[in-house]
Amino acid sequence: MNLTPHLAAGAAGEHRTLIVTLFAVFVAATLGLTVWAGRQTKGTDDFYAGGRQFSGFQNGLAISGDYMSAASFLGIAGAIALFGYDGFLYSIGFLVAWLVALLLVAEPLRNSGRFTMGDVLAYRMRQRPVRTAAGTSTIVVSIFYLLAQMAGAGALVTLLLGITSETGKILVVVLVGIVMILYVTIGGMKGTTWVQMIKAVLLIAGTLLITFLVAWKFHFNPSALLGAAAENSGKGSAFLEPGLKYGATATSKIDFISLGLALVLGTAGLPHILIRFYTVPTAKAARKSVNWAIGIIGVFYLMTLALGFGAAALLKPGVITHDNKAGNTAAPLLAQEIGGGAGSTGGAVLLAVISAVAFATILAVVAGLTLASSSSFAHDIYVNVLRKGQATEKEEVGAARWATVGIGAVAIVLGVFARSLNVAGLVALAFAVAASANLPTLLYSLFWKRFTTQGALWSIYGGLFASVLLVLFSPVVSGKETSMFPGAHFAVFPLENPGLISIPLGFLLGWLGSLLSKEQPDAAKYAELEVRSLTGTGAH
Amino acid sequence: MITAPNADPGQHDPPDYSQVQSSPEFTELRCAHRSFAFPLTLAFVLWYLGYVLLSSYAGDFMATRVAGHLNVALVLGIAQFVTTFLIAWWYSRHAAARLDPRAQAIKARLEGATAAPQTPAPQTAARQAGAAQADAPGDGPEQTGVQEAGA
Repeated sequence: MNLTPHLAAGAAGEHRTLIVTLFAVFVAATLGLTVWAGRQTKGTDDFYAGGRQFSGFQNGLAISGDYMSAASFLGIAGAIALFGYDGFLYSIGFLVAWLVALLLVAEPLRNSGRFTMGDVLAYRMRQRPVRTAAGTSTIVVSIFYLLAQMAGAGALVTLLLGITSETGKILVVVLVGIVMILYVTIGGMKGTTWVQMIKAVLLIAGTLLITFLVAWKFHFNPSALLGAAAENSGKGSAFLEPGLKYGATATSKIDFISLGLALVLGTAGLPHILIRFYTVPTAKAARKSVNWAIGIIGVFYLMTLALGFGAAALLKPGVITHDNKAGNTAAPLLAQEIGGGAGSTGGAVLLAVISAVAFATILAVVAGLTLASSSSFAHDIYVNVLRKGQATEKEEVGAARWATVGIGAVAIVLGVFARSLNVAGLVALAFAVAASANLPTLLYSLFWKRFTTQGALWSIYGGLFASVLLVLFSPVVSGKETSMFPGAHFAVFPLENPGLISIPLGFLLGWLGSLLSKEQPDAAKYAELEVRSLTGTGAH
Repeated sequence: MITAPNADPGQHDPPDYSQVQSSPEFTELRCAHRSFAFPLTLAFVLWYLGYVLLSSYAGDFMATRVAGHLNVALVLGIAQFVTTFLIAWWYSRHAAARLDPRAQAIKARLEGATAAPQTPAPQTAARQAGAAQADAPGDGPEQTGVQEAGA
């Protein structure tokens, strides 16, 4: 049996037209939808919160579309295909994390905020310093995340379309950036939400199809699939046990605990996720949307098991790592194999469909990230800090649109520079910053009456700087072959993920800053926030 | 233990949040939320971290075969998914039964009071908050009487 050689030379060249056509159809359709949504986008409620009229199910779909990045689709399937069980370990933290959002954050945030995370953080505090801090951390988290996605788009196009020239990669990054700016400036939250919903449906449908075909091939017997994967991987039963990826050294074990902590506590502090809760009318609908998201995302991650183990069972290991050492092509290659193999029509169509879905995934996620950062820039920093709250609705929407263009442009430029760096670690960094800077402040704000402005500032800036500095001096940036700058050596911090240090530090600083502050906590404001956040009184 | 407070309602146009905050109805709502959400959050975070620690440091135990090629590690991983689904369902049930009716009652009364601050609320409506029906959009008669309008 002659297995697929690899994508870059063979399949990709032949099927490029089909992939590009499918992708162009997606972009055209979603842009049309965005223009339609843009016609209905007038005030700030529309631009930032999509008019607050989405149902719990719609928002649950959109949250899933916002959250399931190309990293989870291609990255986790690839990690499972290469490392078996340890690849699966990664996805569990991403799912369990949603319970923090469900139990502690989603409903109070929906009840007490208007447009941004900063609305809730600054509620009881002195507005200007806390909004500046919240805006800074929102933009930092979103830009790191965005950068990883943009650079990922460049890498993806090399893998799936066989474009290896630098000009080609730059063009793709610029194109992704322009489409994302168009989505957000024209359609605002309404347009972005529809793009994310469509992407979620496509992603689930595509994954479901491949999962079904894999299951069918193994007669719906999971044990047979696992056995074949273990055998074909060449690693035997170790493939199904912990340790292949994270169990190498004592440091890598601690690193995984650090990553796990950041994943499980980071999700509920990600600004692009938090602003999605404002798109539904009530806290009850926000709860429903998290429940839908947990269901959709959970089922999706379970299906990545079939994808990953299916790729391990059906493709030769050399094939998986041929184009990308991290295994990012495992899912598209599996689609080609299960559709009939290289050269067959079925294989070509499935490969094209899965590749187009992967591109759609990137677009929907970057649009959500751009919207989160431009909302925070316009609403927190421009209107409430620079203009001291004195801006008309029209001026505010205008500022948000310009901020989108500005942040999009910055992301494009950074993305072009980062295209050949290994920036996959930036997503984990974004989770670590969210868990260290945003989550402590959110939880203290909502649930601790003695929290003060100083506590909020110490927690946000402390968590932010600690995580960024630790990553800067970690193997993510220098010292290793897989680092951003493999040639440089200043990695004095051994862990790739700072969470183990920076998350407790963020919580500690928030507590300490409040205890040591001279200012008395504003009891009346806390009463207002607490009553509003739990009852929904006066919710926007 | 539901008693109608006999505090002064004040004459604020926006509701007097401090007074609402210390009312027994609100205290009950807060308690119903916190006593459920806080321990459960601690429990699932510990269960998740315990699973991560087992994966890192108890390789032999995790490699134990359960059925066919299925081992303890995979079973516990799937169990994380199952508990996540169950906790989400459990919390939503708790919220619908214990949180929503209480929140709705307080909200309806406050927003009623804001809209028509001069209307006297029914006195000491000490109804059993726990027995409230899930979907009652509380109007006038539903009021619980934290803010006795008597000023």
